[in-house]
Amino acid sequence: MGRYIARRLLLTIPVLIGASFLIFAMVFALPGDPVAALGGDRSLPPAVEAQIRDEFNLNDPLLVQYGKYVGNLVQGDLGIDFSQRPVIDTIEQRLPVTVRLAVVAILFEAIIGIVAGVLAGIRRNGFLDNVVLVSTTLIVSIPILVLAFVAQFVFGLQLGWFPISGTSEGWGSFLLPGLVLAAGSLAYVARLTRTSVAENMRADYVRTAKAKGLPRSRVIIRHTLRNSLIPVVTFIGADIGALMGGAIVTESVFNLPGIGRAVFDAINNQEGAVVVGIVTLMVFFFIFFNLIVDVLYAVLDPRIRYD
Amino acid sequence: MTDRQQAELRKDEVEAGTTTGLASPSVDVASGRQNSLWSDAWDSLKRNVLFWIGSVLAVLFILLALLPGLFARGADPDDCALGNSLDKPSAQHWFGFDQQGCDYMATVVYGARNSLIIGVLAVLFVLVLGVVMGAIAGYFGGATDSLLSRVTDIFYALPLVLGALVLLRVGPTTNIPIINKPGPAAVALALALFGWMTAMRLVRSQVIAVKSADYVAAARAMGASHRRILVRHILPNAVAPVLVYATITIGVLIAAEATLTYLGVGLQRPTHSWGLQIEAGQSLLRTAPHLVLFPSLILTLTVMAFILMGDALRDALDPRQRA
Amino acid sequence: MTAPETSPPAARAAVPGATLLEVDDLHVEFRQRSGVVHAVNGVSYTLGEGQTLAILGESGSGKSVSAQAIMGILDTPPAVVTGGIRFEGRDMLAMSAEEQRKIRGPGISMIFQDALSSLNPVYSVGWQIGEMFRVHQGASRKEAKRRAIELMERVRIPAAAKRVDDYPHQFSGGMRQRVMIAMAIALDPRILIADEPTTALDVTVQAQVMDLLKDLQRETGMGLILITHDLGVVNEVADDVAVMYAGRIVERGTVDDVFTDAAHPYTEGLMNSVPQVEAKGGRLQPIVGQPPNLAAIPSGCAFHPRCARRRLGAAAAPGRECATDEPPLRLVVPGREAACHYSEEVLGA
Repeated sequence: MGRYIARRLLLTIPVLIGASFLIFAMVFALPGDPVAALGGDRSLPPAVEAQIRDEFNLNDPLLVQYGKYVGNLVQGDLGIDFSQRPVIDTIEQRLPVTVRLAVVAILFEAIIGIVAGVLAGIRRNGFLDNVVLVSTTLIVSIPILVLAFVAQFVFGLQLGWFPISGTSEGWGSFLLPGLVLAAGSLAYVARLTRTSVAENMRADYVRTAKAKGLPRSRVIIRHTLRNSLIPVVTFIGADIGALMGGAIVTESVFNLPGIGRAVFDAINNQEGAVVVGIVTLMVFFFIFFNLIVDVLYAVLDPRIRYD
Repeated sequence: MTDRQQAELRKDEVEAGTTTGLASPSVDVASGRQNSLWSDAWDSLKRNVLFWIGSVLAVLFILLALLPGLFARGADPDDCALGNSLDKPSAQHWFGFDQQGCDYMATVVYGARNSLIIGVLAVLFVLVLGVVMGAIAGYFGGATDSLLSRVTDIFYALPLVLGALVLLRVGPTTNIPIINKPGPAAVALALALFGWMTAMRLVRSQVIAVKSADYVAAARAMGASHRRILVRHILPNAVAPVLVYATITIGVLIAAEATLTYLGVGLQRPTHSWGLQIEAGQSLLRTAPHLVLFPSLILTLTVMAFILMGDALRDALDPRQRA
Repeated sequence: MTAPETSPPAARAAVPGATLLEVDDLHVEFRQRSGVVHAVNGVSYTLGEGQTLAILGESGSGKSVSAQAIMGILDTPPAVVTGGIRFEGRDMLAMSAEEQRKIRGPGISMIFQDALSSLNPVYSVGWQIGEMFRVHQGASRKEAKRRAIELMERVRIPAAAKRVDDYPHQFSGGMRQRVMIAMAIALDPRILIADEPTTALDVTVQAQVMDLLKDLQRETGMGLILITHDLGVVNEVADDVAVMYAGRIVERGTVDDVFTDAAHPYTEGLMNSVPQVEAKGGRLQPIVGQPPNLAAIPSGCAFHPRCARRRLGAAAAPGRECATDEPPLRLVVPGREAACHYSEEVLGA
């Protein structure tokens, strides 16, 4: 197991470097002039412009620029933005918002998704099963952009149940955006759970569990759900990484100052250092949680051994 | 859409691809079983209500895109009178008016065309990239496969909308063809460049599954070229899962386009586009909710059309999942 | 209901003992959208202490379904179970689900054909065996594990103490079936139902597992219902045999009698379709045709479409037309019942 993890870690390094280089190249190397764009319509004084170029190594060849960037990155230095503020500070300030949003979303996704899926899967083709099937099809079809506005309009403006903007109400501010962000994955978790439970209900070892005279609750929980939830738990684990990978739309519509919103603003302002820093972080989360899931899989299913 | 995109595409892979086992390794296309796969699938589709709902919605959407005039009820989206600004929906004007006093139904109807163009174009780009890379990686294996798979991993780690957002933002200042000219083609290409990975993995796994089958070995023994073996004997097995994937992905990419446009990097005014309409309406959500409602509704129905058809197609093509 | 008087209890066990189980006119149907599947159609038998009853039949003959109905582990619906199942005199079908459950394990237990898929892949074998003690007797984890090791030793799994924490996939096929057996005998059940216990195993391992079952039966005096399609296994271990076809018992008697001289054409066909040590030189004659579709069982005698001795129309004796008159299970010679109009002709043929 240890060797497997070590090998996987090694394999993730080129992916992390490749992805951050890709974004770095797009931001810094494409012909065009971020420094000139910074000035907008008026041009910057030549001295300021030269200083910025020097600061960002913009006069070096691309690979050298990137090499210097990674060198600094390893030492925890993600560079500074055009207003001389360290990018790492921006991340430190913005990340907690995104983490909270992701936590709320994952909780919704796991709790509602699993409960709905289990209820549907235990009685396949029953009433609840059909409700879950139809509603998940609907939810999957609604673009998150639309869902965000519908949620704002119905639950925020019409019913007044939730705050719809900003973070002034603590965790309460994250309920509606969290639900919106979770919706698609929630529907998927419900379906995955349903299929998995329905399949396992017919498994031979569940028949054995009944033949052993175990109470029905134990047959379902210990012998059906325990097995059915392996793919569900691993999906949810990997989804944490995906959700951290920028809730751009959700954070924009609900006006939440997280890293998704920060990267969006930075893209618009062509703040290259901020964009590359945050995207690299997002890629890191994505890869990290995928690695966790691989390990988790082996823990949950003894048949899987990576050695 | 960024949020969900990544998950969405991963789901598609699970649902449409690797788990379906649509292409059984021992079945050559020439044999009857592939034919019966398609005729069985059609029998099953015919009886699936959701498939028909999806198809009707999709046909409606395509008609909207091709012949918007038919549906605009005589109104011209560019013939506006400020006096009508923000009027609510009425018997005469079903969708009401926007802030400029333009008939909103006409405005929304004329937004369909760009969505269709971008959705179809982006899926075509995705398929070209995905099929070529997946076929090469799966067929040749070894170092080629490792390299292409790592490249795929790298793109996979970047959220679709985020990548497309950055590329479209810097695009106009570059001299890359297509990307440097804002418009539907640029949006489609940007979406494809960051959205081809699932198609690649799908095709790759199908190719690996069948490349060692007896009939492929037979073709090889008879001296067929790599290209011929791939095109004639291996890729046809991937048609079913790729078709399911492509159908669903049209919907997903149309939603992604609306998102990019909403975020300001997709289509630009004065183009008619649902993303732009939602963006313009959001600040008036309190007073004139119909401005967000109608484009959202039509966008959702459009996305739903393709997802319903793709779902039904998958159920039809994968007998194992049938009840 | 067919009159149970026509089927007297087959209490001719080699080791006579108190009656443990009486099955009386058992029916099992599966109601599906496409129609009703009649899986079991009026099966009656009794099982005594220390007795081994083999239930012989092709797949789809209803032998497994009837056993699962006795265990009470069929999902109802879609299954509909009617008739009488009396365990130590108590009517199981009249019991609450909870009372029924408490019989499973200490009263009746069951082992299945494919031990790999019948054991839960995510728990260690020790955990799964010990679960019997924890759930039924409230034993502690430690106690349960200790007794699981004892059981594993009792079913002759080598190095039991070391292997108790291993998972099912880490065992060989024969060892896995021993784990199943250990689990099934954990609470000293009065009856063990073994559903094709050796079908998935190599021939040499088959013999070991059957020997183990026989030894365990000798030690505990439990009744054993052995469900199988393997005539060899029946011949070796069973006292009595009931042959099932299309959800009915078509012949019943002691193994020696039935194997020496079949009274039903189906049994006769089974005997002729496998090589037998006693009858050298003969030709193997497979039974022609397919097992019946349980959603559309043939009229009259269910076996008649495949029967070499059928008599149709004018060739039949009055009231004994094979395609229209259903033959009852009747005593044909002392100690032998068969459901064929012409058993007397089959006997001695």
